[in-house]
Amino acid sequence: MQLERADLLQIYYLMRLTRAVEDRTRTLFLQGRIVGGVYTAQGHEATTVGAAMLLRDGDCIVPQHRDLGMHLTRGGSPRAVMCQWLARGNSPTLGRDGTLHIGDMHHGIVPSISMLGESLAVACGVALTVKMRKHDTIVMAPCGDGATNTGPFHEALNFASVQKLPIVFVIENNGYAYSTPTYQQFAVENLSERAKAYGMPGEHVDGNDVIKVMEAVGRAVKHARSGKGPALVECKTFRVRGHSEADKADYVPPELREEWLRKDPIKRFEAYLADKNILSEADKAEIEGKVKMVVDDAVSFAEQSPAPDGASVADYIFAPDGPIAIIGESGADDPRYVNALDTRTGKPFNTMADEASNVNHYEAQEVGTR
Amino acid sequence: MTAVTYLEAIGQAMREEMRRNEAVFLLGEDVGTYGGAFKVNVGLLEEFGPERVIDTPMSEAAIIGSAVGAAIMGMRPIAEMQFIDFITCGFDQIVNMASKFYWRSGIPTPLVIRGPSGGGTKGGPFHSLSPEAWFFHVPGIKVVVPSTTYDAKGLLKAAIRDNNPVLYLEHKLLYRLPELREELPEEDYVVPLGKAISRRAGEDMTMLTYGAMVHQCLKAAQTLEQEDDLSVEVLDLRSLVPLDREAVMESVKRTNKVLIVHEDTLTGGIGAELSAILAEDLFEYLDGPITRVAAPDAPFPYAPPLEAAYLPDVDKILAAARKLAAY
Repeated sequence: MQLERADLLQIYYLMRLTRAVEDRTRTLFLQGRIVGGVYTAQGHEATTVGAAMLLRDGDCIVPQHRDLGMHLTRGGSPRAVMCQWLARGNSPTLGRDGTLHIGDMHHGIVPSISMLGESLAVACGVALTVKMRKHDTIVMAPCGDGATNTGPFHEALNFASVQKLPIVFVIENNGYAYSTPTYQQFAVENLSERAKAYGMPGEHVDGNDVIKVMEAVGRAVKHARSGKGPALVECKTFRVRGHSEADKADYVPPELREEWLRKDPIKRFEAYLADKNILSEADKAEIEGKVKMVVDDAVSFAEQSPAPDGASVADYIFAPDGPIAIIGESGADDPRYVNALDTRTGKPFNTMADEASNVNHYEAQEVGTR
Repeated sequence: MTAVTYLEAIGQAMREEMRRNEAVFLLGEDVGTYGGAFKVNVGLLEEFGPERVIDTPMSEAAIIGSAVGAAIMGMRPIAEMQFIDFITCGFDQIVNMASKFYWRSGIPTPLVIRGPSGGGTKGGPFHSLSPEAWFFHVPGIKVVVPSTTYDAKGLLKAAIRDNNPVLYLEHKLLYRLPELREELPEEDYVVPLGKAISRRAGEDMTMLTYGAMVHQCLKAAQTLEQEDDLSVEVLDLRSLVPLDREAVMESVKRTNKVLIVHEDTLTGGIGAELSAILAEDLFEYLDGPITRVAAPDAPFPYAPPLEAAYLPDVDKILAAARKLAAY
């Protein structure tokens, strides 16, 4: 895979930003400023950022709870994420839900639910629409190793294959479903083997090597774009922290965790970049500076945001009447459509970062200009 | 103009809405080539092709989940359950995915889940379900139950045009009932969701009912008029969510006695909620106990004598109505 210096630094920036947003989220939780559960994904950054980097405008992701890297790669707003964690009235769910259950169809992000596996069936419906309406886009649907044991996983993969839907299924096999290790979850060696049962290509890859992830997912994306139907990639990674921040994960043998900490995807990518003379100490310092600024801004924005009004508790149960636009088709953002704006607030959906703020992009300096 | 059956009216509603709006499509098991287990969809595949009339694998979670995915893209899918009993296999997609989608994201989910419900066809415990109470309890899903051919068409068209998940429960016993044949208007019409209708005016008692039980209540009301000189109002709720509280209140305030009749089991059923509403809001208007006629708290049985004992019918309604009238 040919990646320019600017692309590589952008990938590195997004991996660092993902890690930093989660580190700060954890701090807020430990300080008691986040009231609900906190689920992070240290170790997943090569998989989530690498896979999402292969998408283009109009493509759709159906991210799950450990896919902050996908959100940020696709333009998701760190401010929105922090408002969501801090249960603010201006969060994308207006304080109705927490975690990363946020989305905006106009920017191709489907909000997920806690029942893992179910979103894969929803991904089929998005892709069915793409196919029916002859859009030139694809859907990326990730899930964890745990979700591969649910009925909807199997129903969705089978249906997607029968209908030749343009979906890339990405399994993030991180070793544990909460406290249950993979050997107590399934008896196949590689989850990628499950692709055979549905007649789609499947492969597995080192999920902590972002270049390898991009090569494997790139092949799956190419397959899905060709109209041949879905493809599956299992990215083998590891959840080096607990299921949630309330979980000490003392069921994980320390030597296993140590082994995976040594394989940390960001450290590995740093070594790769250093080896190619792409990431200088100055680049690194500049990236860290930007990451800190973005995270500080997100936290400060969320903390200054209002709590939801208790009087609104029974609002927004039903969508209003009116015409609905088909997402991705011309004029779909015309406000006469009920799904053009967030009709709960009368404003645009607020899961995406303001482009002017440029928080999702790192502008690499030309070599030697510094 | 020819009179059509309740079943044909459902097919007409889908055909007309699919012609009217290319965002409307149908998916489910055996819905295309076979035309549906009861042949509700005959002719749709021929007219609209396999991309808009999709025969799916036997996968209710994938069917309903795909409907949700298409709906958030702005399509208006109709997901058919071959028998409504199988809706349990896609339960999570309804109660956790579809029903909470707009509330938590602002993204509308215009979709219809429809299928044959109800008993009286010797279908046994897995082909006779009246599932409305499960979904009636869940905020974010509309539930409609047509009792006539006119309503079968008009309610389905309104459901397809609605911007929310709508559960449309057609009663399989009514599908080809000759006495429900009806000439329908040539022009486009809808029956708005959330509007009850009085099927028979009366002053002494209100029967609150819906679906196939409307016809049992009408027969009972006729007998009560002839044999007991009682004037009984039969209010067909048509739509359980949203519920037409105004129509219920208006009728019961006049008649002061209320008999609730449904085919679903008694405990925690629609009648339980109606009873609570009436007790809370119309306590001073009631001249007798709020009375319910419903199936016993048991699974739906197969053998004919058991099915007969299980289902509410004219005799059970008459007995309850006479007891209530005596107050």
